[in-house]
Amino acid sequence: MEQQDVNIKITDRDGVTHEIVAPTDMAMNLMEVVRSYELAPDGTIGICGGMAMCASCQCYVLSKHELPEMQDDEEAMLSEAFYVKDNSRLGCQIQITPEMEGLEVELAPES
Amino acid sequence: MIKTDILIIGAGPTGLFTVFEAGLLKLKCHLIDALPQAGGQCSEIYPKKPIYDIPAYPEILAGDLTEKLLEQCKQFEPGFTLGERAETIEKQEDGSFIVTTNRGTKHQAPVVAIAGGLGSFEPRKPLIDNILSFEDKGVEYIIKNPEIYRNKRVVIAGGGDSALDWSIFLSDVAKEVTLIHRRNEFRGHLDSVEKVQELKNKGKINLVTPAEVMNIVGHHKVEAVVVSQSQHIEKEFEIECDHFIPLFGLSPKLGPIANWGLEIEKNAIKVNNALDYQTNIPGIFAIGDVNTYPGKLKLILCGFHEATLMCQAAYQIINPGKKYVLKYTTVSGIDGFDGTRKEAPKAVVKAIE
Ligand SMILES: Cc1cc2nc3c(=O)[nH]c(=O)nc-3n(C[C@H](O)[C@H](O)[C@H](O)COP(=O)(O)OP(=O)(O)OC[C@H]3O[C@@H](n4cnc5c(N)ncnc54)[C@H](O)[C@@H]3O)c2cc1C
Ligand code: FES
Repeated sequence: MEQQDVNIKITDRDGVTHEIVAPTDMAMNLMEVVRSYELAPDGTIGICGGMAMCASCQCYVLSKHELPEMQDDEEAMLSEAFYVKDNSRLGCQIQITPEMEGLEVELAPES
Repeated sequence: MIKTDILIIGAGPTGLFTVFEAGLLKLKCHLIDALPQAGGQCSEIYPKKPIYDIPAYPEILAGDLTEKLLEQCKQFEPGFTLGERAETIEKQEDGSFIVTTNRGTKHQAPVVAIAGGLGSFEPRKPLIDNILSFEDKGVEYIIKNPEIYRNKRVVIAGGGDSALDWSIFLSDVAKEVTLIHRRNEFRGHLDSVEKVQELKNKGKINLVTPAEVMNIVGHHKVEAVVVSQSQHIEKEFEIECDHFIPLFGLSPKLGPIANWGLEIEKNAIKVNNALDYQTNIPGIFAIGDVNTYPGKLKLILCGFHEATLMCQAAYQIINPGKKYVLKYTTVSGIDGFDGTRKEAPKAVVKAIE
């Protein structure tokens, strides 16, 4: 398999923007990328492990990327989360693929 | 004052297994947990989901693991303070500690084991400006005693299992139950969703969707909630009620433990992993998800191992200088504090002629 990294811009909860490189061949999702770069303290993101059950990985998508469509469980979880905006997504439901090149997101506040 | 040998903060898998290991050393345990039930993340976040990496269990549901751990430690008669958060710790002159909960319950022990996981599970509070001033005055985030709702008018908000299940339960207790959710779809077990549908059709649950509670009205206690509903056209109205129960799940917060003078790194407590998982304060240990050391993995099986080694160190603190030799449970059997005894059947010695 061809190995490819993508460049992603993530703004953390303190408003600092990080330009990071994420692998597409590790079956990682956006929440896991945030954790692996420690852009949010342990225990404040990924609490449900990435099962769309806690919304601790909520982020706002700032760039105009065509993202995978929301599944029922993501939509349901977001409808119970706080600080939700039109561009909210759950980071754990966004797989890192080559199409994510240039993605820009901002982490939603902790709740 | 509750007195015990090892005071365990957190009744997750790590805390529960500590009871067993301590029991083998004849040490008694008491557990404190903010949740109303034991099991930690396993019971609060994913009781119905399978785990595949518990040694010797190719597959086990997180809820069943909790049941098994409780069964395994039962004969060592652990005490429980549930639904309360450990708030403060004070070292006594005799070297023991007194831990006090947010409800004022006091516990004393020579050894404290923090098995607090990701932190104490705290309710997620909706972003309603004046909600804090109505807490315990009609606003409750966790239902502890359903009887207080008897013949009362109750508004529940939320779209998950607990909102559904409590709406169903309270429809038989309360005078009036209104369930409010931001969408028409609910995220829960099919039975619960169907049951709510049935109760709605019978007029026993008043369902308001897609809608949101915007504000609370009342003098010193809840008298009504202001609801904004966006079906066809946006409208805002009041629903009179005695109680408002927002059920938006719980999220773990390290909370007061962060101020106990322990060395904290990455939201976790630093421990000596070369030896016994003791913290920078002698007599206080941290085990399971709550601790950190080079190479730490937040896995259940790692918590079990840490608990086992920690109990040996606790034994030395509680019985200074006493000789100890490891015994296999198979060989020595298990003597419960409740008088029960488990042991391997004796081999038969008989001549073959
Ligand atoms: C969806 C999901 C799937 C998982 N899958 C696996 C898996 O396959 N394999 C695996 O090994 N692990 C898995 N885990 C991780 C596993 O659940 C944890 O490692 C384990 O629960 C940690 O146990 P613990 O007892 O250390 O802490 P926890 O289970 O977090 O329990 C800690 C308890 O302490 C309480 N507490 C904390 N502070 C206080 C206080 N001040 N006062 C009172 N109470 C307090 C909390 O309320 C909580 O109940 C998974 C986790 C999740 C969320
Ligand atoms: S990590 Fe829990 S919803 Fe994404």
